[in-house]
Amino acid sequence: MVEIRFHGRGGQGTVVASKILADAIAKEDKWVQAYPEFGVERRGSPVVAFIRIDDKQIYDKSRIYTPDHVVVVDPTLVEAIDITEGLKPGGTIIINSDRRPEDFPFHGKFKVRTIDATAIAVKHKLGSLATPIVNTAIAGAVTKILGLARLESLAAAIRDGVPIKAEDNVKAATEAYEMA
Amino acid sequence: MKKVMMGNHALSYGAMLSRAQVISAYPITPQTQVVELLSEMCSDGTLNAQFIKVESEHSAMASCIGASVAGARTFTATSSQGLALMHEMLHWAGGGRHPIVMGNVNRSMAPGWSIWADQNDSLSQRDTGWMQFYCASNQEVVDTVIQAFKVAEALMIPAMVILDAFALSHTYEVVDVPDQGLVDKYLPPFKPAIKLTPADPRAFGGLTGAEHYMELRYKLETDMEKAPALIEETGREFGKIFGRDLGLVDPYRCDDADFIFVTSGTAGFTARVAVDELRKSGVKAGNLRIKVFRPFPFERVREVLGKVKKAAVVDRNCSYGAGGIFYQEVKSAIYGRPGMPPLIGYIAGLGGRDITTDSFKEIAADAMAKDRAEEEIVWIGVKK
Repeated sequence: MVEIRFHGRGGQGTVVASKILADAIAKEDKWVQAYPEFGVERRGSPVVAFIRIDDKQIYDKSRIYTPDHVVVVDPTLVEAIDITEGLKPGGTIIINSDRRPEDFPFHGKFKVRTIDATAIAVKHKLGSLATPIVNTAIAGAVTKILGLARLESLAAAIRDGVPIKAEDNVKAATEAYEMA
Repeated sequence: MKKVMMGNHALSYGAMLSRAQVISAYPITPQTQVVELLSEMCSDGTLNAQFIKVESEHSAMASCIGASVAGARTFTATSSQGLALMHEMLHWAGGGRHPIVMGNVNRSMAPGWSIWADQNDSLSQRDTGWMQFYCASNQEVVDTVIQAFKVAEALMIPAMVILDAFALSHTYEVVDVPDQGLVDKYLPPFKPAIKLTPADPRAFGGLTGAEHYMELRYKLETDMEKAPALIEETGREFGKIFGRDLGLVDPYRCDDADFIFVTSGTAGFTARVAVDELRKSGVKAGNLRIKVFRPFPFERVREVLGKVKKAAVVDRNCSYGAGGIFYQEVKSAIYGRPGMPPLIGYIAGLGGRDITTDSFKEIAADAMAKDRAEEEIVWIGVKK
């Protein structure tokens, strides 16, 4: 069983990222469960989403308190909240950032990986310059770093689940997958 | 075909695959996506149904009753305050024998204002003459909607398919979507013996004096008593076609258990994980998940309880002044029967408070330390 927590801000597509990853993982005949924080989302405020992955049916319907990995979609959250809360020792933290892993205070205690998903999203004209939609690039990096699924499965999940600019989103995910 | 979907969409797919002909519903958090997807399916032709927009849940159920009387397979969905507003019409659907199927997302009743899960909304409607199916996975939601139509139409009794707010409604899970052709074989079109049609005018639900009313209610009760066997029969038939049996209860590792949890809804799945962990630490635990609350599966509950030494009934609800509602039903199931174990009632997870494997371990430790049934109700995780 692998448990992952995602941190983003309302409106960035964090929940959609978790849903796309769940789709990609399910395409490889694994069991998966994805859910947003149980509450009311507001644009701009911190939001949390979760994924559970297993080779067998997942019966645990309680929330995730001690994730194996954490994904930070919005780098400003690193200063705003404790994104390491409950993270298992030695867990991986994947951050959307142009900084180096060693620039983060929890580097060493946890495995930190960075991916500049914002730059990739801007390059592929996803969202606007002010609010680029980074979720497919993040999904590409997470898929590779955590070995969740093959790139083809992720691309298929994006084509199924992203209503507009599906091919540009596949390109962004592919670029992030290859960079990560 | 496998598809990752949220519990709310599992309800929509269940209604679509059942070829519902009339849908009338009013949106309410956390049920809204059920209705959104169904309205899209109606507008793009995926589902050939009339979608009736209404101004309230009371009107939604009234529309459903009208459509059902006219012979249409009818579906709706609601939650919490919306279900409460339907209350009068729920009696009308149950007493009038209109086999509507309704999804209800279990959400706590206000105040305090809440959108999170507990079962008091649906359990408050237990005496309205509706069957109640409690689900633990999105797969079970899709499958149960299809089965519920079959049972409801055979008995002319409406049915609620119930899922926990967020823990199912907004949780994406892998669902093996049943094949439409096979669903059509399992669930043929709805053909009521009598219906409202201009060609054959009739009155429905008219003034009924004391000389007839009691017989109508006697028939409702005796037909409801036929439901357990029919649910099992249609559940086995479902299993033969789709590979997933649907029954009244879901016992897990109960056969050699000293101690079992009695659960419902998603907590009934989390309990399995706790059972496995307790077994590893040497406790012979089991779990009896009750899937159908009305009609109550007295026989099946007795069969399992008769084999164990102690049981903890875990309720995500409370009948104030009497404690957990499943606890009361389980007690009445074993009343006066020899060889039945002591029962202890626990209340957990109200207002969406999480029920975790640790909650179950706390319950197990408390229950094992007690050597007889206690009158006192034990609250789990309450800040005192």
